[in-house]
Amino acid sequence: MSSYVLPGDSIPLNLILLPGEPDPKLILGPGLIRQDEDSAMSTKAGIPHSNETERKWFVESNQRRYVPSAGEDVLGIITAKTSEYYRVDIGAAHAAVLDSLAFEGVTRRSKPNLKVGTLIYAQISEANKDIDAELTCINPATNRADGYGVLDKGYIYMIKCSLGLCRRLRNEEHPIWTRLRQKYKFEVIVAVNGRICLKSNSARATIETIEIANAIKEHDV
Amino acid sequence: MVKETEPSIPERAFILQALKEGYRLDCRNKLEFRNIDIKLGREFGHAEVQLGSTRVFAKVSCEVTRPYEGRPTEGILVLNTEMSPMAVPSLEPGRPSEDEVLASRIIEKALKRSNAIDTEGLCIVAGEKVWTIRIDIHFLDHDGNVVDAACIAALTALSHFRRPDVTVAGTDVTIHSLKSRNPVPLSIHHMPICVTFAFFDNGNLFVVDPLHREEQVREGDMTLTINKHREICAISKAGGIPLELETIVECSQIAALKVKDITALIQAALDRDAQERKFGTVS
Repeated sequence: MSSYVLPGDSIPLNLILLPGEPDPKLILGPGLIRQDEDSAMSTKAGIPHSNETERKWFVESNQRRYVPSAGEDVLGIITAKTSEYYRVDIGAAHAAVLDSLAFEGVTRRSKPNLKVGTLIYAQISEANKDIDAELTCINPATNRADGYGVLDKGYIYMIKCSLGLCRRLRNEEHPIWTRLRQKYKFEVIVAVNGRICLKSNSARATIETIEIANAIKEHDV
Repeated sequence: MVKETEPSIPERAFILQALKEGYRLDCRNKLEFRNIDIKLGREFGHAEVQLGSTRVFAKVSCEVTRPYEGRPTEGILVLNTEMSPMAVPSLEPGRPSEDEVLASRIIEKALKRSNAIDTEGLCIVAGEKVWTIRIDIHFLDHDGNVVDAACIAALTALSHFRRPDVTVAGTDVTIHSLKSRNPVPLSIHHMPICVTFAFFDNGNLFVVDPLHREEQVREGDMTLTINKHREICAISKAGGIPLELETIVECSQIAALKVKDITALIQAALDRDAQERKFGTVS
């Protein structure tokens, strides 16, 4: 199925029981709500996709406003701090909250003191439409930082692009990356909230970073 | 809407470092303007200017009104600016931002104080009837340096504008429709064009036509309003770091060169439009 759906359109779900499976579990991603037994209604315009067994459904669309969802990786900027937590701008309608203890190896005695304006790479631990999203810099699967945390080493530049492009760019084998890798050496973080961090360690770090950033932006329509 | 977040500390450091090495975020030269695209509409006095990704639209209109008491023989020039959340998502509709007020003031000063438009020529009957020329500027997309873009748009729209012809016989005033008689252009003495500079690193570094990102990181800015005869009409420097006299002189010399190019661009757009109208190919 590759045709477009508009908000309000219904998508038939062919729930076929596999032999030996008592209760089929259905997972509806962002942009879909359950309508009845065997159909879902889309709340976004986009292309509906499902996995092979047609048990996971989601609507692929492109937008610029990020809507937080638990488990997603985001890049944020600290906008305010209190003794208990930091407020972080993640490009969503509301700021997210980052507990000052949500870093690896941090105790009440050794809390990090981060300035307003610090760049943070974190995971969304909780997202609910009625309360502010909560972030963590510890990977819940391993209880380690695993790359999450403060980004402050070297010259880092961040660009903003559409959410659709960001999702596509999270694939390492995206043609942009294969082409850019031939010419440049760089580190990159692609977060799903429409932000991409670039860092180059070469002698021509700044100009190369700018060139990479412009190449990515050029790809965003 | 939430306040727009400032660039983070590493981004600031990056932009500054790049500038120190002589690179800008769009690979431009420090003293280079972005590409200026001027589009004229089908109606008179309709201009759209695109400066990189900054986009401004200006429309000039006119009506007959009573003159001000103290200036019975002068026409009136009214400027109105509109910056909507379409250009800057963090803006609240209806409440002008500081940026917008400043931009609007600079353009108003540039047009009015320099006597760019001959307001006496807009008088129909002294003390009774004059033309009020209204310029509406809409900011469609904000990627820095809205002042210069708006100034170019306003001047192009004013030069493109034609008002209905009038005949006065005794106390009888006849306003001829645009179809019955050829409309009349405004008489424009000169074109005061704004050139904005942004300063970094204690004034040691400066760039022309700053991007929005550069405006967020800059330490100070200055807008010079100059015409092609190299006459400085206004200098606007609202806050920011103090500047050396030499810097200001240097900036004004650069601005004078830029103004020459921009005036030529405006003229070219107007000429092209005139040609198209002459041969009836205007769509």
